[in-house]
Amino acid sequence: MKNKKEGYYQPEDLKKFGKITEFQEELGKKFFDYYGAVFKDGALTAREKALIALAVAHSEQCPYCIDAYSSDCLAKGADEEQMMEAVHVAAAMKAGVALVHATQMMGHVKKLTM
Amino acid sequence: MAIKQKTKSLKARQDKLSDTFFQLNVLNGKELKDTTFPKFSDQIKQAGFTSLKPSQISIFQLNIGKLCNQTCSHCHVDAGPDRTENMTRELLEKCVEIIAHPSITTVDITGGAPEMNPNFRWFVEACTALGKKVINRCNLTIIRANKKYHDLPDFFAKHQVNVVSSLPYFSKRRTDAQRGDGVFEDSIKALEMLNAVGYGKEGSGLQLDLVYNPTGAFLPGDQLSLEKEFKSQLKRRYNIDFNSLYVITNIPISRFLEYLLASENYEMYMDSLVQAFNPSTVENLMCRNTISVGWDGYLYDCDFNQMLDLKVAAPKSQHINDFDMDLLNKRSIVLNQHCYGCTAGSGSSCGGEIT
Repeated sequence: MKNKKEGYYQPEDLKKFGKITEFQEELGKKFFDYYGAVFKDGALTAREKALIALAVAHSEQCPYCIDAYSSDCLAKGADEEQMMEAVHVAAAMKAGVALVHATQMMGHVKKLTM
Repeated sequence: MAIKQKTKSLKARQDKLSDTFFQLNVLNGKELKDTTFPKFSDQIKQAGFTSLKPSQISIFQLNIGKLCNQTCSHCHVDAGPDRTENMTRELLEKCVEIIAHPSITTVDITGGAPEMNPNFRWFVEACTALGKKVINRCNLTIIRANKKYHDLPDFFAKHQVNVVSSLPYFSKRRTDAQRGDGVFEDSIKALEMLNAVGYGKEGSGLQLDLVYNPTGAFLPGDQLSLEKEFKSQLKRRYNIDFNSLYVITNIPISRFLEYLLASENYEMYMDSLVQAFNPSTVENLMCRNTISVGWDGYLYDCDFNQMLDLKVAAPKSQHINDFDMDLLNKRSIVLNQHCYGCTAGSGSSCGGEIT
């Protein structure tokens, strides 16, 4: 194909997300209906959900999602401080998840040592 | 606190974008950018409108001057302290004659900082004496700018003026980045002064509305949700009350166009507007019930067409001195690529969302 940029994670690919239905329409449509419903105002506001999504985007290290939810958070009225705090939640969780496993390591070490 | 200006006007800098013809060429892919987007007029046709016509002119909007105490980085008027254009008393008197027409229900005064026009107070009194609803688009900081403006809240209250004020965000960083250092602090003080005379307070009958427009190259979110957030944050942080929040999309002209080009966001932003085109906004576009008058008396379909010097398509009624309600109600509205700004998502007007 002409003009196709090589490599992974091309920013313009984000715009093509909706086209995943091309290969499997029924499941793709179900996913997008579900996705759209999840992000509407509910017990949590759409802005709070966008901030959660931004945190997950960082913990999952998805550049598409980071771009998409940075824009979405701005549009929904979140500010830089709130967005950075959301990323710190992701970072703290990542660190916590690693460190809580230390209890496994410590238990195992204690079992094997005098 | 004195405001530190973000910039000078495009005109004062003799920037190419101060030429409206050049701006239109950029928007149509003929200058600076070769990117073209589907023609807005074609989108309107596809939405089922052969041409866009007014419903009935009921809002008389005047831009009474480009002089302003701020130089906001997104200003579509290219207003600022270095601009001197102000509507004369003679033209304002002519406007009052027309405003008396029974179909005109609302007078919407904007600028610049309209309060800096020496005829401002006389004009407000003349309009309220006719029993018309008067909206004043106040930038807030003008109330704090000089002693002679400190009594504006009392003046507005006395004449039951609907005060509509820009506050792009409830934090200093975002507000000052768009409007100049010191603007947020002065805006909060001005809001306190307006609240003190009853504006925004339940049962006072004094309407204080705020305007949110994005502080960058992104589209605004849901109006109701943003209003809830603004109300809660302004109350909690500063004990400020207001009535409604109007969410307005930034139109890609003048200094906002300059920002989009300089930040290399132009294509992305235009594409966002085009992708978000919503045919259901067309019925309620503000150009259908509004006539916009420039400081020099020329007539336009809206404030944005005014800033692009796109006069009404009614050759015999293009100036306030030749105002003909029948001819103007039959005109076709002048469209161009910037119109995508009013039809994106939930739509945008001087009164916020339109769907």
